[in-house]
Amino acid sequence: MANIVIDGKSFTVKDGITIIEAIDQVKSELPRYCYHPGLSIAGNCRICQVEVDKMPGTVIACNTRVAEGMVIHTQSEKAKDSQKVVLEFLLANHPLDCPVCDQAGECKLQDYYMEYGVYDSHFDETKVKKTKKGVSVGPTIMLDQERCILCSRCVRFGDEITKTHDFGIFGRGDRAKIDIYPGKELDNKYSGNVADICPVGALTDKDFRFKMRVWYLGKQESVCPGCSRGCNISVEFEKSRPYHLKNDRVMRLKPRENKDVNQWWMCDEGRYAYKSIDQNRIKAIKASRMNPQWKDTLEEVAGILKKASLSAWGLIASPQNTNEELYLTKRLFLDTLKWKQAAFKAPGQDGFEDNFLIKKDKNPNTLGAEKILNLGANEDMTAIVEKAKRGELEGLFIFNHDLAKIFGAETLKVIRQKVKTIIYQGTNLNPTAEIADIVLPAVTYAEKDGTFTNFEGRVQRIRKAVEPFAGTLPDWDILLNLAGLLGLTLKYLRPEHIFDDLAKENSAFKEMNYKKLGNTGLIWSQ
Amino acid sequence: MAIKIIKRKELSFWDQTYLPMLFSGLWITSRHFFRNFFVQTLNLFGLAKHLKGSYTFQYPEVQRPLSKRARTRHRLTQREDGAPRCVACMMCETVCPARCINIVAKENPDPNIEKMPASFDLDLGMCVYCGFCVEVCPEDAIRMDTQILDIAAYSRKEMKLDMKELLNPTTAYPVKK
Repeated sequence: MANIVIDGKSFTVKDGITIIEAIDQVKSELPRYCYHPGLSIAGNCRICQVEVDKMPGTVIACNTRVAEGMVIHTQSEKAKDSQKVVLEFLLANHPLDCPVCDQAGECKLQDYYMEYGVYDSHFDETKVKKTKKGVSVGPTIMLDQERCILCSRCVRFGDEITKTHDFGIFGRGDRAKIDIYPGKELDNKYSGNVADICPVGALTDKDFRFKMRVWYLGKQESVCPGCSRGCNISVEFEKSRPYHLKNDRVMRLKPRENKDVNQWWMCDEGRYAYKSIDQNRIKAIKASRMNPQWKDTLEEVAGILKKASLSAWGLIASPQNTNEELYLTKRLFLDTLKWKQAAFKAPGQDGFEDNFLIKKDKNPNTLGAEKILNLGANEDMTAIVEKAKRGELEGLFIFNHDLAKIFGAETLKVIRQKVKTIIYQGTNLNPTAEIADIVLPAVTYAEKDGTFTNFEGRVQRIRKAVEPFAGTLPDWDILLNLAGLLGLTLKYLRPEHIFDDLAKENSAFKEMNYKKLGNTGLIWSQ
Repeated sequence: MAIKIIKRKELSFWDQTYLPMLFSGLWITSRHFFRNFFVQTLNLFGLAKHLKGSYTFQYPEVQRPLSKRARTRHRLTQREDGAPRCVACMMCETVCPARCINIVAKENPDPNIEKMPASFDLDLGMCVYCGFCVEVCPEDAIRMDTQILDIAAYSRKEMKLDMKELLNPTTAYPVKK
């Protein structure tokens, strides 16, 4: 341990860390462009200048290690002067195209100019123009060489994280520019991250291009439902202009730092999967009567379920649902109605997997479903579907799964002919929802609170970012109402209360609550 | 906060007859009448040119002359080739206190301009004519100098301007000097 002083306050930090790491640990402020905690140290932007007592001049904080008794000044006149001069050099060739730049509003050049710069330009020469402006370098990323300040974060990301070696710095002096290697394309599973780590507008996201100004966005911390990794994300949605809302509410997803799960990154598949929140959604209830409302539809469902015989109905629960909803599913269907046939796992749905973030199980909560429903060997839904095909089932209650995608359209057709009643509860339109007798429109992960359990048993919170569409209800709310009609009185107001009960009942979730889960989640106690 | 009670002034006998106020009103009206009558007659004979009597504009056939600084209906300025100067930076939309501007951006074929509006909608029914949009525009793309003030319409919908109308503001009477 080393005792150091930062801006007059003394701290004890670990030996051998850099000054910038110490500054981050004590939550002090210092400008930085090339430094990124997930990448190696380059030390080429020079903006993180600090003054250290008994050292000549100023030093860069990202590449100087702390030593016992070090006295560091980040706000002294000498340090601030150095930061300002460096910023002026970085901005020498930067174009003034903030109005058309998508980064404007979250651009570190803008922020630091206002915070550390605010100088009158001494630059009388003409700016060196780089050639490539607004050029596509891959399916997801646009490159603008003029705006680049050569921090080399994207180069290091390609070299160290994805190992695809996409970017390089070409040329020398003020003609140096960032570019993709000739004949190459930035096309890997994590390419979207370079737009996140680019501190300026040199690399921007094609999907987000010109869609929105970032200052209109609201942010909500959530978890990506794209696979069982459960990457921490922030859902960014239209917040400031609800009066101009047209179709899409959620505008983009960004990764959120969680050192134990996804570090600072997320995959492209998850990043661009947000469109299902707004598009192709089930917004209307389908039931036997015309113009159905929630009350009478749920009464109808409750009437059907009351009459249903235990052995002739099948439940297909969903690992897309939250722990709370699965708990209610268990309480209602397995404990109260005592259904014998229940499953949640879809066979043969494994996708791509790598040894970094992407997992082959594309459901966010498979482990939670396993633990909560506790079905053992019966969790695979093939047996139920086979029974339905043979006409041995009277009815099916399906959550979210599309049987046509899993077993083929033919199987779905046979099931429709053989099974009398099919109830579907889900978020997006699909063939199964189309053929169902009763459709209960539920909401996506961005419109409700809850928790997911990822592949290693980490329970993480999802939070409501946008209001549900009119006519849709969260799964837990539907299940609560249904339980009430079926004689199971549950007094829960929010998913939080359901989770408290789940924690009491299920040993895996022992002693957990929403407050303890916090922003990074907790691993099962086992 | 202390409460201050102000007593209403009691009307005196003469006030209650309303006659003093009646005569003072008549005095003001006739003062204007006779002054205008006298000045206009003098002006007719080419006398007393430094004095001006009030006169009537035949609106809407004749438009009232406005100060050059007056904030009137918006227009979008054009580049030499007729394309809008606007780069859809949304500064005006952001600053607008009445939230009457709605811009949708798209790619400009010229990579040096990069961005342009796909649509630029302005709701005159909501606009408060504060002129912030003009002040904030980094490209001098929006101005409020058309000298058009009337926004009479049969419905609120007709008060909405799209980019085409904003680029060619011709709907009102031309200003006569």
